[in-house]
Amino acid sequence: MSLICVVIAVLPLIFLVTYILIKGGAQITPELFTLEPNPPGDDLDAGGINPALIGTLIITTIASIIAIPVGVGGGIYLAEYSKGGPFSRFIRFGVNVLAGVPSIIAGVFIYALIVSTKILFGSMYSGLAGGMALSILMLPTVIKTTDEGLKLVPNELRYASLGVGASMYTTILNITLPSAFRSIATGVVLGIARAAGETAPLIFTALFSYYYITGFGDLFYEMGSLAVLIYNFALEPYDAQNKLAWAASFILVLSILSVNIFSRILAAFTEKTKRV
Amino acid sequence: MIKNNKKAQKNHILSLEDVSISYGKFEAVKNIFCNFKKGDITSLIGPSGCGKSTVLRSLNRMNDLIPNCSLKGTVLFDGTNIYDKRVDPVEVRRRIGMVFQQPNPFPKSIYENIAYGARINGFVGDMDELVELSLKKAALWDECKDKLNDSGYSLSGGQQQRLCIARTIAIEPEIILMDEPCSALDPISTLKIEETMHELKRNYTIIIVTHNMQQALRVSDMTAFFNAIEYEDGDGGKVGYLAEFNSTKKIFSSPKEKTTQEYISGKFG
Repeated sequence: MSLICVVIAVLPLIFLVTYILIKGGAQITPELFTLEPNPPGDDLDAGGINPALIGTLIITTIASIIAIPVGVGGGIYLAEYSKGGPFSRFIRFGVNVLAGVPSIIAGVFIYALIVSTKILFGSMYSGLAGGMALSILMLPTVIKTTDEGLKLVPNELRYASLGVGASMYTTILNITLPSAFRSIATGVVLGIARAAGETAPLIFTALFSYYYITGFGDLFYEMGSLAVLIYNFALEPYDAQNKLAWAASFILVLSILSVNIFSRILAAFTEKTKRV
Repeated sequence: MIKNNKKAQKNHILSLEDVSISYGKFEAVKNIFCNFKKGDITSLIGPSGCGKSTVLRSLNRMNDLIPNCSLKGTVLFDGTNIYDKRVDPVEVRRRIGMVFQQPNPFPKSIYENIAYGARINGFVGDMDELVELSLKKAALWDECKDKLNDSGYSLSGGQQQRLCIARTIAIEPEIILMDEPCSALDPISTLKIEETMHELKRNYTIIIVTHNMQQALRVSDMTAFFNAIEYEDGDGGKVGYLAEFNSTKKIFSSPKEKTTQEYISGKFG
């Protein structure tokens, strides 16, 4: 009975991945990675997804740049400095709530905060705003895994370091953080994997662009991303655009899958190298 | 009488004056008066739960790390109250080193285990020499001179504990505190650590908590016997106190207190 349930539970994943691999894999060409998408409507070739691919990389990088320092710092505070008082309990609760917030809310929040106020040098929809929205989604994962990872470090190690006259700061930097490095890295990678696949927050913040990203200034303008490209082009009535959406799905699923597998390997490696 | 006291004071490197330590509302030890002489090995013995480890940890402010733990009274180290607000606990721990119950080397190489403490304390000198010297003092050099770059965890339990001692020596503290350093070790490793302690006695003051009375008898010059009594209001909780403090010889041959006599003869504890 339970075996049947497991099979039913796993089947969608297998079908989904196979379907995307077959439908999308057929569309993969070298030009896909280098060309801009053509505007829908004519019967010409649809072009490539280069701007969306680069856009996803840039937006995810911006999100990581914001979320990793803040998240790791917050995790360090919770695990090392807070003494389990009401404040830290409130923060932990807040982090859990944040993890459950629907991603579209993060998008609307940044829309209200950044996009509609034009607070970033007068730009409205921008890759920067998109990165900020995604960083909100990454933050709880990073905080939680840092917190948990640091809690796994045995107290004896901290005492040992403090016992030879190290300050709290030195101890965290030299002993505790390196010991928890791999579990923190796993959390960061999982956070990135989640953020990279999000669509809803980007529709409100980064919007979409057909054009190559050519320079630093493009950060302040609309920026394409794989997820939004799929959303836009899958709805087009033209076959060429639909195919492009399939190709983008293929690349997105494959990269998220590989990032997840990478984090698994990291985690497995952590288990092995833990204390003898 | 007073003169005697003053003379003695000069030798006292560490003194507890009316020290009481509590965890939250629960009082763990009460009204401890105790003087530790420079260059001596002093052992703290007593039944479980009498607070001897708590007292030991209070001597280099390790108790600060335990939430809710608070101390009343003064702990004088070289004439300074280490619980004074102006005293930096990091500085205290640098001058009063500690070896823990469980061997706890850093997840680094043997070499780095020793170099770490020295480096963060601003050691400028020949690190190789310091590592060699510290390992030699802890009687570990011959066993690991060929594998200094191996992980500290690759050593046996007894060797790890001696590595921890070497690590503590490397920062050249004035006092070394040891919290049941041999309780996780086999008899042969225990013997080696005791030999190491005898070597260290020349340069350091050592205070050791031990459950093993034979060990206290073998290594220490002075012995403090801690005991626990039930609270006067009688809700079943116990509070530790210093029952007797004398030279090890006297404690084991002619104790003044009846409880000491009973404890060392194995009637309880």
